[in-house]
Amino acid sequence: MTALTELSLAAARDGLRRKAFSARELAAAHVKAVEAARPLNAYLAETPERALAMADASDRRIGRGEALPLEGIPLAIKDLFCTEGVATTAGSRILGGFVPPYESTVTANLWRAGAVMLGKVNMDEFAMGSANVTSAYGAVESPWRRRGENRPLVPGGSSGGSAAAVAARAAIAATGTDTGGSIRQPASFCGIVGLKPTYGRCSRWGVVAFASSLDQAGPMTRTVRDAAIMLGAMAGHDPKDSTSAPVPVPDFEPAVERPVKGLRIGIPREYRLDGMPAEIEALWRQGVSWLEAQGATAVEIGLPLTKYALPAYYIIAPAEASSNLARYDGVRFGLRVPCDSIDGMYEQTRAAGFGAEVRRRILIGTYVLSAGYFDAYYLKAQRVRTLIARDFDAAFRSCDAILTPTAPSAAFAIGEKMNDPVAMYLNDVFTVPSSLAGLPAISVPAGLSEDGLPLGLQVIGRAFDEEGMLSVAAALERAAGFAAMPAFLAGSAA
Amino acid sequence: MSLLEGRTGSWEVVIGIETHAHVISKAKLFSGAATNFGAEPNSQVSTVDAAFPGMLPVLNRFCVEQAVRTGLGLEAEINLVSVFDRKNYFYADLPPGYQISQYTRPIVGKGRVHIVLADGTARDIGITRLHLEQDAGKSLHDQHPTQTYVDLNRAGVGLMEIVSEPDMRSAEEAGAYVRKLRSILRTLGTCDGNMEEGSLRCDCNVSVRRPGEALGTRCEIKNLNSVRFAMQAIDYEARRQIALIENGGKVAQQTMLFDSARGITRPMRSKEQDYDYRYFPDPDLLPLVLQREWVEQLRAALPELPDARQARFMAEYGLGAPESALLAGESASADYFEAVAKGRDGRLAANWVTGDLAGELNRRGVAIEDTPIAAEALGELLDLIADGTLSGRLAKDVFAAMAETGLGARHIVAERGLQQVTDAGAIERAVDLVLAREAEKVTEYRAGREKLFGFFVGQVMKETTGKANPALVNAILRKRLTS
Repeated sequence: MTALTELSLAAARDGLRRKAFSARELAAAHVKAVEAARPLNAYLAETPERALAMADASDRRIGRGEALPLEGIPLAIKDLFCTEGVATTAGSRILGGFVPPYESTVTANLWRAGAVMLGKVNMDEFAMGSANVTSAYGAVESPWRRRGENRPLVPGGSSGGSAAAVAARAAIAATGTDTGGSIRQPASFCGIVGLKPTYGRCSRWGVVAFASSLDQAGPMTRTVRDAAIMLGAMAGHDPKDSTSAPVPVPDFEPAVERPVKGLRIGIPREYRLDGMPAEIEALWRQGVSWLEAQGATAVEIGLPLTKYALPAYYIIAPAEASSNLARYDGVRFGLRVPCDSIDGMYEQTRAAGFGAEVRRRILIGTYVLSAGYFDAYYLKAQRVRTLIARDFDAAFRSCDAILTPTAPSAAFAIGEKMNDPVAMYLNDVFTVPSSLAGLPAISVPAGLSEDGLPLGLQVIGRAFDEEGMLSVAAALERAAGFAAMPAFLAGSAA
Repeated sequence: MSLLEGRTGSWEVVIGIETHAHVISKAKLFSGAATNFGAEPNSQVSTVDAAFPGMLPVLNRFCVEQAVRTGLGLEAEINLVSVFDRKNYFYADLPPGYQISQYTRPIVGKGRVHIVLADGTARDIGITRLHLEQDAGKSLHDQHPTQTYVDLNRAGVGLMEIVSEPDMRSAEEAGAYVRKLRSILRTLGTCDGNMEEGSLRCDCNVSVRRPGEALGTRCEIKNLNSVRFAMQAIDYEARRQIALIENGGKVAQQTMLFDSARGITRPMRSKEQDYDYRYFPDPDLLPLVLQREWVEQLRAALPELPDARQARFMAEYGLGAPESALLAGESASADYFEAVAKGRDGRLAANWVTGDLAGELNRRGVAIEDTPIAAEALGELLDLIADGTLSGRLAKDVFAAMAETGLGARHIVAERGLQQVTDAGAIERAVDLVLAREAEKVTEYRAGREKLFGFFVGQVMKETTGKANPALVNAILRKRLTS
């Protein structure tokens, strides 16, 4: 029998229902794997007792024949989701000691669907980063290594702990959040599937905010089917989030079986960047042929404003962040550095509590919203955003889904690109436009770089057409047959 | 035009007022926490109000309804699309570090408030806008020698900020505007208008200019919590600015506070006003879109507003414009008047309410809500006048006794034997007594000194200790003197 930690979510679900193993056995194997994964620094908090107790409850429901959709599935939760009674840090010192008295809607939905919580996973501080090196609790190491090399690599970010845990078999799946690529880019770096739903598909209530108009929770899994199953459990209208969409949640799973024959796949010419590694370009072309081989048609499309997406994003996201992070002031929760004046307390608390990248973005955001700069930066960026969304609308008149690379490179080493924020920001060049447009997008592992690291392809769908997007993603997955394994497997220790 | 005289000539005062009115609603603007005044500190605070991580605002539909109803009451444009913005600044009683407000696209646009001054002059004061926003919590600096305590009960309570045009030209007009606005809010039930509890607060923008010249530099006097203070502050500030200019100085645009103990305005510390609020649309909230039909339903269901009530007082009770304006201006006095006037002589009721009652309230320094004479009691007094039990003169005595004792009119009349004497025989006997005693004056009267008639009336009233029905006294005297 396959090790329990090797199972996909769908296989584990089916095995539990068949009673091939118990939820407790599945949870116990994963609890061990979580311990074995400690060298990766993926988990910030391990909750083994909670995992086993939840698994026992799952076994009782399975015994009664009342299995829920995610019954007994052990999950890692990004530490941006507030979890009742379990410390939630957002990867920041400033939330040190904060234990939420409430459960985020998305995680509550998952537990209501029978899922089991393994613990909270590391991330870039306040989800700001593309390498998971900005966490106040240390960088996360990717379980992958370049062929013939042992330099620790970044797992991508900001959902780096989620990606590393899922890739290393220290969780069957994980929640992530994506603001400009924070689910898709680490999924690409770690050789897993990462799905960012349409903005409004998943509630943001109880998720520590980075940039409210962009933040979306989504699943990070090892297969497209698993992402479809997990998304169904996470999604849904939430009256507590005014930006959550009052749309019905379909059963996403059947979409992965839907043929792509006859679909028009948009290939945006503006995504061919100067200096893009040849292997990325080649993989992209390979993806097109895989889909054509299954009966889809490739159409060239234009997304002319693509080059303005990154600059607009790096105005809008920091602007919102500068305001969203004002609440971390040492007055009511988290870190407080005492001082004899209130301004002094703010300054010292925030200086001690926020890392360099967060401080940088707060400063950028404060600047672009300042009197005299607002029109030139924030307002113009919002106009660009509207036009980018219109570009996509126009493109979707001639295609049904869009195929692009997920990231412009494979994972890089910890320490690389660290002193050049702009080079770091370029990681998001393919993921940011769909974020600005609020569209669903998914990264699927499609191949390996020359030095043996995973590369992902991204499928962007129409708003609330996750099903169409999933069908294309599944077609890529079938054709790619990605079976490479990371160098470090926590699960194999179990 | 009312002008202030300076050393070097006349000055015109220009006043615009921003009013912050607490929305009457059981829950806060963006959270379900309660809004009761005077509750235990921090007992009405949700995790949204305290800005815990991941908490999101959800707009309270009832507060929107209240704002729209207020806008309709101000005869204002209702904006079917409005936007909530964040106003960013750090303060310990502002948990998220920003206030959710409406900056560029308020829910209510231009409207007007009709005011009537004591001399009967009427004018319209323009309303620029009304927008919805959150109140902040309260910082308590006097609870601990070195620390500040924070009470978040008020944090997130819905406020309507109502901004007037700079249309007022005197403290009196400003006072009339605030009173009228308060009356409209109270009539609508959208704000209780209790200024001493902070439910209604005013910021007054004051500038001065020579008549006909361009607007002068303004100063804003913050947080005035009574009509009287607002008027005092405006007067003081206007005179301060005039003296400053006349002595060769220039008015600096600044924010002032009113020291009510000393009756003066003084500048706020500059630190308190140098904020760049970095307004931007709140990404947690979608634009607020209203359906026209819903607004029309609210319009159709509005209660009778003070102006309409005044018109009705004139038509229904035959009152003149000034007294009807005076009575209808405040819902409490209008309600009081209607309770007295219903089924009685409206003009008589108005005379009593605006005359004796107003005098009594004034003497005591209390508002009509705290009247010592209930409307029912005054009505009873009017009934006793109507049925001839009391003369106008006696009624005034009874009124004074009612005010003093709090007892009903009938009770006092019975207890003190104050009924009017309407027994013609008794009056005839008194008349005869007086005429016999004053035989000399009778001769003079009959010789043509008709002025003496009043003297005889007075004597008869004295003889009857004021209780004789004056009409009967007149009639009997005239009969006797001409016979």
